[in-house]
Amino acid sequence: MAVGKSVKGKISKISGPLVVASGMTGSGMYDVVRVGNLGLVGEIIELKGDLAYVQVYEETSGLMPGEPVVSTGAPLSVELGPGMIEQFYDGVQRPLNAIEDKAKSPFISRGINVPAIDRTRKWGFTAKVKKGDFVAQGDVLGVVQETILVEHKIMVPPGVEGTVEEIHEGEFRVEETIAVLVNGEERNEVQMLQRWPVRSPRPVAKRLPPVVPLSTGQRVVDMFFPIARGGTACVPGPFGSGKTVIQHQLAKWADAEIVVYIGCGERGNEMTDVLIEFPELEDPRSGQPLMKRTVLIANTSNMPVAAREASIYTGITIAEYYRDMGYSVALMADSTSRWAEALREISGRLEEMPGEEGYPAYLGTRLASFYERAGRAICLGKAKAEGAVSVIGAVSPPGGDLSEPVTQNTLRVTKVFWGLDASLAYQRHFPAINWLSSYSLYAEKLGEHWDGIYEGEWAKSRIEAMSLLEDEDRLKEIVRLVGIDSLSKDERMILETSKSLREDFLHQNAFHEVDTYASMDKQFKMLRNILTFHHLAMEALKRGAALKDVTEMEIREKVVRMRYVDEKELSTLDALEEEIKKEIGNLMPAGGEVHVA
Amino acid sequence: MLPREYRTITNLSGPLMVVEKVNEVRYDELVEIELASGERRRGRVLEITTDKALVQVFEGTTGIDVESAKVRFLGKVLTLPVSRTMLGRIFNGRGEPLDGGTGVIPDALLDINSNPINPYSRDFPSEFIQTGISTIDGMNPLVRGQKLPIFSGSGLPHNRMAAQIARQASVISGHESFAVVFAAMGITFEEASFFMEDFRKTGAIERTVMFVNLADDPAIERITTPRLALTAAEYLAFECDMHVLVILTDLTNYCEALREISAARKEVPGRRGYPGYLYTDLATMYERAGRLRGKKGSITQFPILTMPEDDKTHPIPDLTGYITEGQIILSRGLHRKGIYPPVDVMPSLSRLKDKGIGKGKTREDHADLMNQLFAAYARGKEAKELAIILGEGALTEEDKAFARFSDAFEDRYVRQGEYENRTVEETLNLGWELLTMIPVRELKRVRDAYVEKYLKPLLDKQEVVKPETVKQ
Repeated sequence: MAVGKSVKGKISKISGPLVVASGMTGSGMYDVVRVGNLGLVGEIIELKGDLAYVQVYEETSGLMPGEPVVSTGAPLSVELGPGMIEQFYDGVQRPLNAIEDKAKSPFISRGINVPAIDRTRKWGFTAKVKKGDFVAQGDVLGVVQETILVEHKIMVPPGVEGTVEEIHEGEFRVEETIAVLVNGEERNEVQMLQRWPVRSPRPVAKRLPPVVPLSTGQRVVDMFFPIARGGTACVPGPFGSGKTVIQHQLAKWADAEIVVYIGCGERGNEMTDVLIEFPELEDPRSGQPLMKRTVLIANTSNMPVAAREASIYTGITIAEYYRDMGYSVALMADSTSRWAEALREISGRLEEMPGEEGYPAYLGTRLASFYERAGRAICLGKAKAEGAVSVIGAVSPPGGDLSEPVTQNTLRVTKVFWGLDASLAYQRHFPAINWLSSYSLYAEKLGEHWDGIYEGEWAKSRIEAMSLLEDEDRLKEIVRLVGIDSLSKDERMILETSKSLREDFLHQNAFHEVDTYASMDKQFKMLRNILTFHHLAMEALKRGAALKDVTEMEIREKVVRMRYVDEKELSTLDALEEEIKKEIGNLMPAGGEVHVA
Repeated sequence: MLPREYRTITNLSGPLMVVEKVNEVRYDELVEIELASGERRRGRVLEITTDKALVQVFEGTTGIDVESAKVRFLGKVLTLPVSRTMLGRIFNGRGEPLDGGTGVIPDALLDINSNPINPYSRDFPSEFIQTGISTIDGMNPLVRGQKLPIFSGSGLPHNRMAAQIARQASVISGHESFAVVFAAMGITFEEASFFMEDFRKTGAIERTVMFVNLADDPAIERITTPRLALTAAEYLAFECDMHVLVILTDLTNYCEALREISAARKEVPGRRGYPGYLYTDLATMYERAGRLRGKKGSITQFPILTMPEDDKTHPIPDLTGYITEGQIILSRGLHRKGIYPPVDVMPSLSRLKDKGIGKGKTREDHADLMNQLFAAYARGKEAKELAIILGEGALTEEDKAFARFSDAFEDRYVRQGEYENRTVEETLNLGWELLTMIPVRELKRVRDAYVEKYLKPLLDKQEVVKPETVKQ
């Protein structure tokens, strides 16, 4: 990044997080500025004549007109390099632990300037190229073991190429040169530390359609409304419907190699929860603490509002950087509504013409361009590695009203919709994802993937289960109007099975040590057993068995307890299927008119 | 710095005042206005350009005249003098003593806006607080450092309940220094004196600091009242190692005041005329609850708000619900039935419940039992609704059992006396006792081991007493 010239102006107006500075001719849009004697960090969001409108990422209390405003001449950027995993950043990538050290207080004081990446720590760098190799943007120069789970690839920065003249190996700090590339007259020294402006997407070689599933271990998600690697999902729901628990569950159990979790304008205690819990939780695949693959970004609701606007860009740029190494990255943003509100607040202070509900007219475009940074792609570089950024955004619609602008604009660009339902939450049915209104546009493509593994049974089972629930809704309506007696035996069996699907399959307890995560194998077998029971029960009923005998079978107790079957003992689920077949088989002759075909 | 004095007021509108030709005025600075009569008022700078300052006057602009009023900029932000001796005292919405006593001899002068707590420095709330109220302890457990609002409506006994909590709140493990900070915003004299009386009667006043802004006090002071209270709470919690319970009532009045200022500034309104930054503004107060690593004390918040028309989707309860860690909702229906406390268990929620309960904290079966009670109560209410439409006859035997359960639950579990202090043990046992009304097969949310340990003995006892009812 070429650093532009530095411009010095003066504060002429202060209104909350917005500061207007005069004498700023020569500075560029989105340049980072230092405001006032304290040197608060801000960003230029509008230029009018020699006036610059600056959104300030820190509390502006105590500033005075006439104080200096200095432009750094560079846009808001993040630092990229080893040391980001396991970090806990604020919205503009300042490590919160370093802030604590520097402020010597549990409160965030202003004007604190700490580097995003530790300059003193040394990393063991192993070269992957040798002198004389020709390398271009995205090529891996070498690797650093960042954590036990993450091999951090040091890549040639975008826009740079040349022949390797020097390559070093050993222990280095991030600012030390590890390679020198020569291209004609040009000589580029490459360090492990790189920068990238947050508002521009990082380039890729080729974008790919999302067709590989992102497993999350949540039954209602993986089986009913699956998300693909590189896909986008939207989780809207009123408060108390479990948005944050779902986001946490996905952050914990999604089979991504890197997780970026953005707490955007949410509760401080929730972030602390993540911070305390993640180092203790084990990744079900590697057995290592989840924190070893996680980057946390927090701008809690009481932290400065402008930094909230920046936080999701900071997050997605870090996510893209790890994608460029060929990793599958999952990004959770909780909640994008707070981000939109920050946008609205700044827009109001700029006295812009408001759109719907006071949100700026460009809300839709901003949201779309954010979600568009998700995707599966072939990364730059000779290795042609495949990486993906999946984005899951929570939305907090006021009053749970989905017609509000943030939800509507989000739904236009995301492909999966997990609609949270307050009435389910009241019944303590979690995750409170409504199975009738939610959808996933990836279901068909991903069905092909799973059908390959489960011999064509996956999509069939899914559709059957979903249509049973659909039927249940219809039948319940009838029951409500004319009573349960109007239903036939078959229809009542459908109600029984749907109830079993809801309570024994879709309901999942995030706080139960076994139930919290279910592999696709377990999910598929659970669903298969419920459906097997249903098919056989229907058959038995057809042959004249009494409904009561079927519904009161002891074995249904075991169906209820399937969720507590440990991942290592999944064969018991197969045994259960056999048992179901046998038990219902025993019931059949008792039904009276037996005519076995 | 010498205070600078101006006589250049140009505009007065609602609570706002424009002062021109100012020099070296800081954003958010404290302002003193001296009227011709000698009366002094205070305000703060809301917006500042090179030579013009927009000032919000705390006591309102009534009686200020452009000609003779003098404006002084004090060169500092609004601060509160704090000290341990504040306990037992009553102050107004500006932090001045209301009880006839002298001013506080300060140990420190604190900025009432405080800095945000670094989320990295927080310690996760995990200590169970026993309130003695079953619907809270059993169903929506509260932990130290949590912020749990009471969503109420006009005419509901939220004040009595808040007072009961303030009286009974304790931690299972022994005695620690405990304080109550109480902020009243725009409540009536009657309501305020109820709290004062109750605190006095029970001796709680000795460990209470009160900040009172009554309904006839200036509305603008409602903006500062809760911040003064929280500043005092922070001092007591993090400097004096006390466990502080903060009761803020009524947040609805606070938000009305905020809307008034926003309207006077001609800002673009958000929903229902409330400013777009209402969420952020509320968060800067609610987020001041919590615990800090390495500090003994804690701040637990109990904000009370009355929902206009009992509407939970109104912006005030709605935004509050998005910030706080759950909510206790009071139900008019239960209140009409004469049930106190009328806590509507279904939509009430404590988000931190799982952190404060379980083995070593309350009891191992707490979580499962809680989930089971929720599910059973929900099913019972559903069955009762069905019975209303189709008649009792349409219900299955199971549904009837659930319907009976839900009635008993409201009558015995939810209902309790205003001075009845149930231990968590009593609450849990009561829960199991009620579950005996339901067939064991239907108890899907509890582990077998707990059914064996807690339910079976109760069932066995019943079998001995009345064997005929079990057979049916």
